Amino acid sequence: MNEELTLTILGGVDKDGVPEPVKFLEVSKGEIIGIVGPTGSGKSTLIDDIEQLAQGDTPTGRSILINGKRPDAVIRVDPRKKLVAQLSQKMHFLADMTVVDFLHMHARSRGKGPELVDRVIELANTLTGEPISPDHYLTVLSGGQSRSLMTADIAVISDSPVVLIDEIENAGIKKQEALKLLSGEGKIVVVVTHDPVLALMASRRIVIRNGAMMDIITTSREEQDVCGRITQVDNWLMSLRDTIRRGEIVEELA
Amino acid sequence: MKLVVLAGTPGSGKTSVLLHTIRSLIKSGKKPAVVKVDCLWTDDDQRFSKLGIPVHVGLAKDMCPDHFTIYNTDAMLDWGTSNGADIVLNETAGLCLRCAPYPDECLAICVIDVTTGPNTPLKVGPLLTTADIVVMTKGDLVSQAEREVFRERVLDVNPGCIIVEANGLTGKGAFELAEMVTGGPDVCENMVLRYNPPLAICSLCTGETRVARKHHMGVLRQLDGFMEYRGE
Repeated sequence: MNEELTLTILGGVDKDGVPEPVKFLEVSKGEIIGIVGPTGSGKSTLIDDIEQLAQGDTPTGRSILINGKRPDAVIRVDPRKKLVAQLSQKMHFLADMTVVDFLHMHARSRGKGPELVDRVIELANTLTGEPISPDHYLTVLSGGQSRSLMTADIAVISDSPVVLIDEIENAGIKKQEALKLLSGEGKIVVVVTHDPVLALMASRRIVIRNGAMMDIITTSREEQDVCGRITQVDNWLMSLRDTIRRGEIVEELA
Repeated sequence: MKLVVLAGTPGSGKTSVLLHTIRSLIKSGKKPAVVKVDCLWTDDDQRFSKLGIPVHVGLAKDMCPDHFTIYNTDAMLDWGTSNGADIVLNETAGLCLRCAPYPDECLAICVIDVTTGPNTPLKVGPLLTTADIVVMTKGDLVSQAEREVFRERVLDVNPGCIIVEANGLTGKGAFELAEMVTGGPDVCENMVLRYNPPLAICSLCTGETRVARKHHMGVLRQLDGFMEYRGE
């Protein structure tokens, strides 16, 4: 179904109603694209425009095209036909249900079978420290557990060709593994981030200021090299974090 | 003349969604007017008035607000006509969730708050199950999966409805709603309700305040579910 998938963003206006400098951006299958900018600049708003496949009907006036065309109304609303899966910043569960009941119902809403539920929980438990049990109530899960569960849910149940991720670094989960899991086979991944590792893992990044797409930066060879080096630092920090979490003593400065 | 009846659970964002929808209607050249029905008090008329459209407040006071709405539907349409409106938008108070003040020839919209959890659609009753459009609000406060589960629950109880995900803060969904309002049915003579009102008048409705069972008459349901008629 997503043989030749492209996602096109047609620019709208900034917070003051002035046309934004970037008027056209096309993203192809398999690409990871970053969104960067100060907090409050409108990064999540851009993600929301993509999530609802805006057609000039949101406050930004942007339009989103799929394969160069305006998407059908049905694709915009029906989860069974939805092209977009979103991992949002807001991750507190309000539903008073067990993990397994919730996942069954979500699989049904996406037109998928119940056999995927166990797989979601299993995968979620590779991303988080304390394991999630199927009988846990959603409301008792920690921020990191909730994020892990939703990451796995997107990889297995939602499984849409376009994946939107909002600030995964705040979640206390293994962010690079999560990104790898979500980008899967030939998906378009749009990731809002302040994290240099994630930003430089993207092939291009959109710069947002005052609600507008100001510029698009292609990750250079030099930046890719920097990304490789800071990934090592990041992994080292992550292992230190694990050491401390296990209640052990940190012995030497590598 | 078109009639839109907008109902919903308290605090779900009916007024905010309506304000955005009206802006969108005005932009496309329509002439909407609003009748806001509430029980005891409202200042929403001031918010609607800022849009420069005719606004009328109806306070149901000691009458059931849904009964009040139904009883006054004709008067609302007449008032709309005499104020040059082509669409009357009636926002109701909605109270006991037992009936639904939707006539057959209107666009019936039910507004419901996603943060109330996925069991809520099962509790709302005819207000939700007989609506043409169900507007889900506050979706920005939960995950996409939770929104989708909520949506599935709405479709369980009202499989034929159109669901619009709206946001009273940003105006998301208002454009779609305005288009549906514009395409809604014209009112006709002799409209009938989509759903029957609750059991007939009982003695409490006429002012009986004594609690003991022996003081009450009418069509009554007992604690064990048994329904009886007790008259003079």
